[in-house]
Amino acid sequence: MTEVEYHPKHDLIREERFPHVWCPGCGLGIELQCYLNALEKSGIPQNNHVLVSGIGCTARIPGYANLDTYHTTHGRGLPFATGMKIANPDLKVTVISGDGDLFNIGGNHFIHAARRNMDLLVICSNNFNYGMTGGQHGSTTPPTSKSASTPYGNIEPTFNLPYIASALGASYVARWTVMHPRQLTKSIRTAMDVKGFAFIEVLSPCPPNFGKFNGFKDGFEEMEFYRKSSVVQNDAKLEDISIDPFHGKDIVLGDFVNRKRASYITLEHELIDRIRGGGQ
Amino acid sequence: MIKEPKISENQREIWREPLNFGRFAVPKGEIHIFPERCKECNYCTNYCPNQVLERSPEVNVYGYHPVRVREDKKDSCVACGMCQSICPDFAIFVKEVKIQ
Ligand SMILES: Cc1ncc(C[n+]2csc(CCOP(=O)(O)OP(=O)(O)O)c2C)c(N)n1
Ligand code: SF4
Ligand code: SF4
Ligand code: SF4
Ligand SMILES: [Mg+2]
Repeated sequence: MTEVEYHPKHDLIREERFPHVWCPGCGLGIELQCYLNALEKSGIPQNNHVLVSGIGCTARIPGYANLDTYHTTHGRGLPFATGMKIANPDLKVTVISGDGDLFNIGGNHFIHAARRNMDLLVICSNNFNYGMTGGQHGSTTPPTSKSASTPYGNIEPTFNLPYIASALGASYVARWTVMHPRQLTKSIRTAMDVKGFAFIEVLSPCPPNFGKFNGFKDGFEEMEFYRKSSVVQNDAKLEDISIDPFHGKDIVLGDFVNRKRASYITLEHELIDRIRGGGQ
Repeated sequence: MIKEPKISENQREIWREPLNFGRFAVPKGEIHIFPERCKECNYCTNYCPNQVLERSPEVNVYGYHPVRVREDKKDSCVACGMCQSICPDFAIFVKEVKIQ
């Protein structure tokens, strides 16, 4: 009799659900693996980690993690996670969702969670489009690139996510691609210890939609293009790092911001202690 | 600013051999594959530094050609873990083999 063989991440994934729904060459599985690697190294018990998402292909990541996971409604992962963190501050709450979910329909929630320096880790996988619904463009689609809804090229300016997160006051800000699994794992691991709002943008290929519309034969070609366009520059000036690789501009990656700023939970608990202690 | 290195034909080319090079044992890996999960994305075949992997002519139930270890590279895996960490499908992993 042959023994049943399991993946080394068996205890952390819902292995019975594999193969997963994502397309060949989709980067989301790598992102899941990096998150789980970081979780293993975090020293925080598996039971204390929760993973929350909105709607989209990325938002299906929690469904494969063997944790308490919450697949909420479109764009609402952040308010849901905020409530959970306030109700039970012992939890390590991570929100993992797509660029469309976090910055288009859910953009206002992002602004306010970062402004409050809410104690959450937010991992945004940016595939430059709405993958799940067939590849429409959004606020993260690079200039002149094509999509299902910009067949002649995108004329809109693009959100620069690390710059936005930093300007809003996030404690931690980074950007990596799924082709940097070690750096990404390290970044997620570091962000798990951050007090306050931690934001990581992860660039990920979407071969049948964004890739196909922009002339990439398959996921590997798209991935190679991002990898070769990348430079690591931790001290980059964030206002300069918007993503525009189709005009020869380097994609700047790095751990950009890691600063101490009073977090929401810290201030809230200080307030509670002060009031309970008879102060005002 | 660090520019990402381009993948060269033989990434493991040694530019300057360390004096005590002979004293280090090169790690060895044993590759495990779940053929039903592989979606033929070719990340592992392209990014393995020793070109240990290739697509097999066999077809899995989903119609993909899963990867396999190349016959001529059976002993070339150095257990670097690259294939495992970039496989989006959790379809491949490596176990380091103890060298006596
Ligand atoms: C209220 C609401 N509006 C629209 C949709 C349709 N919808 C599903 S996923 C999605 C976009 C997801 O894009 P993104 O967050 O970038 O995720 P990806 O699939 O690219 O990972 C949209 C518009 C929905 N499910 N609910
Ligand atoms: S549509 Fe794009 S994001 Fe969605 S699973 Fe396929 S490759 Fe991944
Ligand atoms: S562990 Fe490294 S050397 Fe071995 S097959 Fe995987 S990528 Fe190649
Ligand atoms: S990386 Fe994984 S899914 Fe892709 S070809 Fe290799 S084993 Fe198959
Ligand atoms: Mg998207």
